Amino acid sequence: MTSFAHIDSAEGEAALDRELKSLIADVLGLDPAQAAAFDADSGLFGHLPELDSMAVAGLLTEMEDRLGIVIEDDDVDGEMLETYGALRAFALSKLEPR
Amino acid sequence: MISTWNTPPLDGRPAREELLLAFDRGRQARVLVCPAWFDEANKLRRFTVEVMRRLDRAGIDALLPDLPGCNESIAPLQDQTLAGWRSHMAVASESLRATHALAIRAGALVAPAGLPGWHYATQSGPKLLRGMLRARVIAAREAGISETSERLMEEGRSRGLVLGGWALGPTMIRALESAEPALAPGQSDIAQSALGGPGLWLRADPDEDAGQADRLAAMIAQSLAESMA
Repeated sequence: MTSFAHIDSAEGEAALDRELKSLIADVLGLDPAQAAAFDADSGLFGHLPELDSMAVAGLLTEMEDRLGIVIEDDDVDGEMLETYGALRAFALSKLEPR
Repeated sequence: MISTWNTPPLDGRPAREELLLAFDRGRQARVLVCPAWFDEANKLRRFTVEVMRRLDRAGIDALLPDLPGCNESIAPLQDQTLAGWRSHMAVASESLRATHALAIRAGALVAPAGLPGWHYATQSGPKLLRGMLRARVIAAREAGISETSERLMEEGRSRGLVLGGWALGPTMIRALESAEPALAPGQSDIAQSALGGPGLWLRADPDEDAGQADRLAAMIAQSLAESMA
């Protein structure tokens, strides 16, 4: 597992971006190039037909494993899953040093 | 290729027939396959059988018994327990004269400890439950119902739960809360990273990957050749 313990750097954020995109590609079976082209406004939940509740659960569990974070029930809402940018911001907030 | 095996009477329930998918040509090496569970079983079914086909072509018998409560079984899933599945798998191993076991994901939780073999991409009981609970909570939220994993688990421990369409009894849920796969002597782990690609259980829709099936079967064939040389 890549360590994202020190996310407060440009390299750390770029590494998170790569990991998150490869994770979405793995879960949805997307071409890595298609996932790599995601920008902050790219739609996820409600926009990609593959992303049903079981797939969302798989995606979150995989994020926990690969990013070393814990995601609570209360963290999960429609907004955080709506766009790639929102999901990335959520992952960042979980990784930020407190 | 399609056959049956006989489960023993257990906990006051009668013996019965369950389905067996087998590439059985009476060869020296006979691999018992302990498949992935629930939703992952569906996602990995084709991969599992593709690996078995490759083992068959490599001169190795491969045997995939259905556990009670799974697939075409007429036994109710909610009556099944982890201990029951373990003892059924041990009986299958003996009656099918298996020499090795290939456990896939949560299948490692029921792999007979007496057989040498391989645990591919093991999944623990707590992680399995966590994923299934999360899917249920998310689906409920979409439907405007407020549920939490904690409250669901409380209910599950006493009365059982339906998670992702799978009816799990309270005994199964309580056992899964602390069930960790363990390697018995002669068993080794095969990590997903050794197969070169993302695990197919992750996929939102069932898929296949010939390269991954090639690599897993080749690793098993090589390991068998070394141990039987």
